[in-house]
Amino acid sequence: MNKLVKNSIWILIAVLGASAVGGIALNRGESINALWFITAALCVYAIAYRFYAAWIAATVLIVDETRATPAERLDNGRDFMPTNKWIVFGHHFAAIAGPGPLVGPTLAAQFGYLPGTLWILFGAVLGGCVQDMVTLFLSTRRNARSLGQMARDELGPFGGTAALIGTFAIMIILIAVLGLVVVNAMKHSPWATFTVSATIPIAMITGLYMRHFRPGQVLEASLLGVILLLLSVAGGGLIDEHETLRNLFDHEGLTLAWWIMAYGLAAAILPVWLLLAPRDYLSTYVKLGTITLLAIAIIMLQPDIKMPAITQFIDGTGPIFGGKLFPFVFITIACGAISGFHALIASGTTPKLLTNERDIRMIGYGGMLLESFVAIMAMIAATVLDPGVFFAINSSAGVVGANAVDAVAKISSWGYPVTVEQMQILAQQMGEATLFARTGGAPSLAVGMASIFGSAFGDGMLALWYHFAIMFEAIFILTTLDAGTRVGRFMLQDMLGNIWPKMAETSWLPSVIFTSSLVVAGWGYFLYIGVIDPNGGVNILWPLFGIANQMLAAIALCVATGILIKSDKFKFAWVTGLPLLWLITITTTAALQKIAGADTRIGFFAAANDLTDKLAAGVLPPEKAIVAPQLIFNLQLDAWLTLFFVSLLWLIVFDMLRVCSRYLAGKPVLPLTESPHSPSRLVEEWVRD
Amino acid sequence: MFKKVKTFWRIVRRLSGDDAYEQYLRHYVRYHQTDAAHEYHPPLSKADFFKQWQDEKWNGVKRCC
Repeated sequence: MNKLVKNSIWILIAVLGASAVGGIALNRGESINALWFITAALCVYAIAYRFYAAWIAATVLIVDETRATPAERLDNGRDFMPTNKWIVFGHHFAAIAGPGPLVGPTLAAQFGYLPGTLWILFGAVLGGCVQDMVTLFLSTRRNARSLGQMARDELGPFGGTAALIGTFAIMIILIAVLGLVVVNAMKHSPWATFTVSATIPIAMITGLYMRHFRPGQVLEASLLGVILLLLSVAGGGLIDEHETLRNLFDHEGLTLAWWIMAYGLAAAILPVWLLLAPRDYLSTYVKLGTITLLAIAIIMLQPDIKMPAITQFIDGTGPIFGGKLFPFVFITIACGAISGFHALIASGTTPKLLTNERDIRMIGYGGMLLESFVAIMAMIAATVLDPGVFFAINSSAGVVGANAVDAVAKISSWGYPVTVEQMQILAQQMGEATLFARTGGAPSLAVGMASIFGSAFGDGMLALWYHFAIMFEAIFILTTLDAGTRVGRFMLQDMLGNIWPKMAETSWLPSVIFTSSLVVAGWGYFLYIGVIDPNGGVNILWPLFGIANQMLAAIALCVATGILIKSDKFKFAWVTGLPLLWLITITTTAALQKIAGADTRIGFFAAANDLTDKLAAGVLPPEKAIVAPQLIFNLQLDAWLTLFFVSLLWLIVFDMLRVCSRYLAGKPVLPLTESPHSPSRLVEEWVRD
Repeated sequence: MFKKVKTFWRIVRRLSGDDAYEQYLRHYVRYHQTDAAHEYHPPLSKADFFKQWQDEKWNGVKRCC
């Protein structure tokens, strides 16, 4: 009887989920309620978690709850420490959830709500969650080793080096694109610029408080910081109204880009406790709080989705970025469905806290499900806007024209009516001078969030909600920016240490300054080009980031597939092998199109040649002709970089296939590096409390 | 109700690292004090512990996209 009830509940969830997904997919013409998205997501997640994830954990990985984890065996009361599973889940989720799943779906909404939503759901349950869970498992069985170390130990030195280079490259591109998103959100917006700048001294005050004034009182200090942050959002409004003060914070994109670079350099050199650590506390609270608030608001408000299911831009002519639905929707969504970066957290960091192997499903698979849910909410926030407004905010001046009248005429001609007055009223409500061509995804997400929050919790404070949303995005983008610069610095110091050992000393100031400057110069260059690019830059940088991120995911899945085969689990190798195959397909297709595509909005070389011809013929307007040589060089560089990424991917795939075929042929390969079984002595549910 | 609030507070403190020093002391009492084979080292002060803990926590990839 009991079993019957259970089965019927699962059948009910399956039917509900299937109808919700079907409803979203088949709906045409009429608007559809956001609640369908939430229902579809929750049902798909529940079924995948209950059946697929459980099956992988029990049959493929064979998690063993009697086995002591590294946290138990190597417990040192600090980084290695058995920790309650909910706490580990919190740490893991806070670490993997960044701005990626917010920006990606916003940009991918140019194809309509359907393609992105389907990939966020199914890409996550079949790809991203599997990657995170398997990597977490493999690292737990290997004393919490990092992805790079596992690649080296199991595949060979080549795999390890490839993982290292891949991580470094993705970091540079990631920081550049995130920097660009922040710059575009602050451009000529004194309110946003003030609020974002205020986060820096606020983080420092918080840092000083918890380090020197009241050492270790993390929560007290954080509370102070969060209050100051909220005050800075309100304070920005006062600055904006003040004649002279507002000029202090009203800047061109390029000026802001230089400031961001200076900030990145300072953050990488300053001690962590002063800026990085306290900023991270604040951004984590704001992030978790805002995401929860957004979920509550969407459920309360039940907004209608106004974007059509599919737009004409699936043919590759989209105004936000060029490229057809396949493969670019997958490349653009990136982190919301599958993110290679997560493999770096799931290996090395999270396993050091894991008390019992049976929690791997909840933390690895469940953590990514939650991340995918955040992406669904970002998709909702982007698609509740009128499509005309959405495209007016996200299309660059280079595509629709710098003049407002031209822009609305062009956007309306696509079938998404919008008027200049409508955009003016909206900008006024949000406390901004203009919302035209505010590319990068952050402003349109903030408008979407502000309208959801405004309708759910009172309409009077739209401008406050808008700038709160901008602050929310900016604060954890800047956290990723300074954490990333710092990690890049460590990697570079490590690499240079092989040539000159003194460079590897992380406390030797000349080395610190030299390597930090190199890393900042790396991403600063791409940020600079992105800012001066009349097409907005995001259209170039985001696909590049997507390709790099998916490549890193492919590396993680290569390691996982290789280990599964070496562990005599050939018949289950498809669990990681199929997502890997899919990633190889989309990354390679996208890379080839970006390199060799004839369309100037897609192919890097085609665009470079086109620009060269136009420059030679003298048909470019003067302001464009000045930056053209830099843009041409950058387009060529991007093409070579893409070629490098895709070659690296194929080399590591061949390396993995080489190891597997040798193993299957009975030839010697590197041995498995799994640590031997030692029985767990922790039995209590709440360990050490 | 009161118990739930207490549990919630405990989770918040643990997640934020607010109770890291208490955890360290508990670990110290359990493993180091009784360890006769090693030389006796007194536990770190709260400020010193916090310094080491914070610096260690930020060594490596800790945040994603």
